[in-house]
Amino acid sequence: MTDLAHIRNFSIVAHIDHGKSTLADRLIQLTGTVAERDMQEQMLDSMDIERERGITIKANTVRIEYPAQDGETYVLNLIDTPGHVDFAYEVARSMHAVEGSLLVVDATQGVEAQTLANVYTAIAADHEIVPVLNKVDLPAAEPDRVKEQIEDVIGIDSQDACLISAKTGVGIPDVLEAIVKRLPAPKEGDRNAPLKAMLVDSKYDQYLGVICIVRIIDGVLKKGDRIRMMKTGGIYDVDDVGVYRPAMTHVKELGPGEIGYLNASIKQVRDTRVGDTITHEKKPCEKALPGFKPSVPVVFCGLFPVDANDFEDMRDAIEKLALNDASFTFEMETSAALGFGFRCGFLGLLHLEVIRDRLEREYNIELITTAPSVIYHLFTKDGEQRDLHNPADMPDMSTVDHIEEPRIKATIMVPDEFLGDVLKLCQERRGIQMDLTYVGGRAMTVYDLPLNEVVFDFYDRLKSVSRGYASFDYEMIGYREDNLVKMSILVNDEPVDALAMMVHRDRAEMRGRAMCEKLKELIPRHMFKIPIQAAIGGKVIARETLSAMRKDVTAKCYGGDATRKKKLLEKQKAGKKKMRQFGKVEIPQEAFISALKMDG
Amino acid sequence: MAEDWQNGGFGLYIHWPWCQSKCPYCDFNSHVAAFIDQDRWAAAYVAEIERMAALTGPRVLNSVFFGGGTPSLMAPETVDAVLTAVRRAWPLANDLEVTLEANPGSVEAGRFRGYAQAGVNRVSMGIQALNNRDLRRLGRLHSVEEARAAFDIARAQFDRVSFDLIYARQDQTLHDWRSELTEALEMAVDHLSMYQLTIEPGTAFGDRFARGGLHGLPDEDISADMYDLTQDLCGEAGLLNYEVSNHARPGAESRHNLVYWRYGDYVGIGPGAHGRVTLDGVKHATEAERIPGKWLENLSIHGKSESWEVLDGTEQALEMLLMGMRLGEGIDPARFAALNGAPLNPNAIDRLTEMGMLKPGPRLIATQQGRVLLNAVLRELVVE
Repeated sequence: MTDLAHIRNFSIVAHIDHGKSTLADRLIQLTGTVAERDMQEQMLDSMDIERERGITIKANTVRIEYPAQDGETYVLNLIDTPGHVDFAYEVARSMHAVEGSLLVVDATQGVEAQTLANVYTAIAADHEIVPVLNKVDLPAAEPDRVKEQIEDVIGIDSQDACLISAKTGVGIPDVLEAIVKRLPAPKEGDRNAPLKAMLVDSKYDQYLGVICIVRIIDGVLKKGDRIRMMKTGGIYDVDDVGVYRPAMTHVKELGPGEIGYLNASIKQVRDTRVGDTITHEKKPCEKALPGFKPSVPVVFCGLFPVDANDFEDMRDAIEKLALNDASFTFEMETSAALGFGFRCGFLGLLHLEVIRDRLEREYNIELITTAPSVIYHLFTKDGEQRDLHNPADMPDMSTVDHIEEPRIKATIMVPDEFLGDVLKLCQERRGIQMDLTYVGGRAMTVYDLPLNEVVFDFYDRLKSVSRGYASFDYEMIGYREDNLVKMSILVNDEPVDALAMMVHRDRAEMRGRAMCEKLKELIPRHMFKIPIQAAIGGKVIARETLSAMRKDVTAKCYGGDATRKKKLLEKQKAGKKKMRQFGKVEIPQEAFISALKMDG
Repeated sequence: MAEDWQNGGFGLYIHWPWCQSKCPYCDFNSHVAAFIDQDRWAAAYVAEIERMAALTGPRVLNSVFFGGGTPSLMAPETVDAVLTAVRRAWPLANDLEVTLEANPGSVEAGRFRGYAQAGVNRVSMGIQALNNRDLRRLGRLHSVEEARAAFDIARAQFDRVSFDLIYARQDQTLHDWRSELTEALEMAVDHLSMYQLTIEPGTAFGDRFARGGLHGLPDEDISADMYDLTQDLCGEAGLLNYEVSNHARPGAESRHNLVYWRYGDYVGIGPGAHGRVTLDGVKHATEAERIPGKWLENLSIHGKSESWEVLDGTEQALEMLLMGMRLGEGIDPARFAALNGAPLNPNAIDRLTEMGMLKPGPRLIATQQGRVLLNAVLRELVVE
């Protein structure tokens, strides 16, 4: 146990790829926290997907012991927070557990939209902030310009920014000194007061059950303590307390100002609530911490197994994933087109992709993903209001008075040569410009956009029109009424429920035409011609015809060809699984997602 | 009880792997060599015939087919040695068909007389095109004039002469094909094979195609029109489309190829040759070593070069179906059901009949429209 004056708790704020994980690795390495031979890239990112995509999904923590130049040894607790906009809410929660932040900015790129969002969160959490310019060793680095940018855009003093290269290790000792000298120690904390600890995050370990990351405010937490979660009311016996170095290391106790883990045979992550206050059952603290609202899913889509026989395996897998992720929701869904599957809710598109990837990769289940959708507020003529998660559930328009859709405030930063294309994209997506300013060679624009125009491929399009230079961040700003309709897609005169979507009436013809054209390319020719139509209610608004196959026959087939032809037929028999039958028409699985992509 | 193979008869296929040069479209097992030891090849074929005959036991042989490669590069003595061994090995059908594939070059034509004397009674000539530009593009070494001369010699030597053409070539229009086909039908005796050019992976055309370098190939619609035109003009000339790419006057069909399409038994001898051989009621697929040198070496070291694989009833049924549906006569669904242990899906048959792909009736027969979409029809028939 360490006295408060020798503790520094901090997080790192950075845009993706600006070097947050590499810097964390260097800090761990330089302080000898991990033996050289155990060092691996991105120590803190434990899941494969996190490592591969260079993103952090769950909060991680590590304790570093640092002998400073003043001759004293300090305990530095780093909380590594998710960097992606989908997890912005998680970032905010984690930040309340620490007193300071390192703001890492790539000296060759400058401030990005995501940096801004996260740094404002840190400022809101009352953090001291130490700017760190990374990649100063690269020829394209412009530290002076970026320093100026930090002052102009964010408004914090950057004269004493640390100049580093996390890759080569240059400047890392300066960062360690800055943490000790410039970040504050935990403000208060009474080891004799009743236990008051904040539950920072919790994650599921298949051997240990749920592990909680905690920050102690007052009192002392020990193995054998009986604790109470003040919000959920759960009572548990503590089996173990410890810290991450970054391996789990048992300690005798955790005292005020310290960050560590506790393990108390909690069965699932859903039984815990991030931000909850942990206290002793016998001698509770008087007042709980304010706590946080649980995060709610904003993007929904259907996930269906390609092979209907995988449904039960898929249910098991989804339940296992949900053990560790309380923000992900699911319920069974039946589609006429796709059979049994699940309607799932996610914090954002990245979250969706991560879950889908994990199902496919870790559980080996091939999936069909239907068009992502948002929650609409439906107001019926008889004065009722209800939520619409799935366009397939849309009632007859004649019973609907009006529909509201969720809107976001999007902040986009882009080099000015791409600004025109970015503005055009935002306008096309029904955006309303709220602000446009210039910072150095970069433009920053703020748009009010409908979330449903963003959930599908907005980010991909933004990257493509800006050749990867634009950065993007958003926050929900509420619901607004608009002229929204359900567009159905009919293939060979049969509606395909999985392709139905909500669109703005003014954009319906354009989207419908694009969908029909795409589907015409994606559906292979059949023995008969196939009409592909988009319709609103009973009215067809776009139509394409896929002409019938004219020729598909092997010219030569003699004694030596029987084996090969037989194998081909057997393969096609298996390949048919990847197609879905709609009446007489087979639609390849990739069509469900590809058909929605808009090329421009 | 009769065995299933007897529905199709019994044939012998001899594969001669050598060519003077490789054609850019050809994916057959063919090789080019400077010197070929004809005696060694003859001895190897004879030994194989004797070995296979010992396995099959006596059964009436309906056909012998020399394919390749270019079998018209065989010395007449080599062909004679093979056919002499065949006559000792199996009892022969009275109407035994002995076909040899020939290149229509002048040198080959000089050997026709020797082949006829050895017992060949039918030749199938790879004329491929009736204009010199396309012959060169197809990598053929002969000219139209040489081909016509060789064809006349063949007609004088053999009772039955067929020839092959390749169409749907680069830059070929429907009009071009109509006039070339009209010329071909004037030449034809009683049998013609016409194949649409297929770009196969692993060939020179395949490589060029993959690199985007093969231009002017007709699209699906034009190829389909060309196919329809071919059926129409051949029909008017009395050559019926008894198989997807083969046309004959009734009775002049290739008996050897009918063994394949009717899913009979056939012994395959030579590098890369495939066979279907029923032994003690069990049907086997055989496949010989492809590389000519290795094939010879395996024979001299191990006494054999082919693999044997048992085909179960389902596999046999599938093969019988995909071969038989190519024929104008189609297949007997009861035969399929007997092999498969279960009949074809009646719903699929109804659906395909309704779409005009199958003819109504007791036999399963593809209509002309169904034949040109045969791969799709087969998928529909076999895939649940």
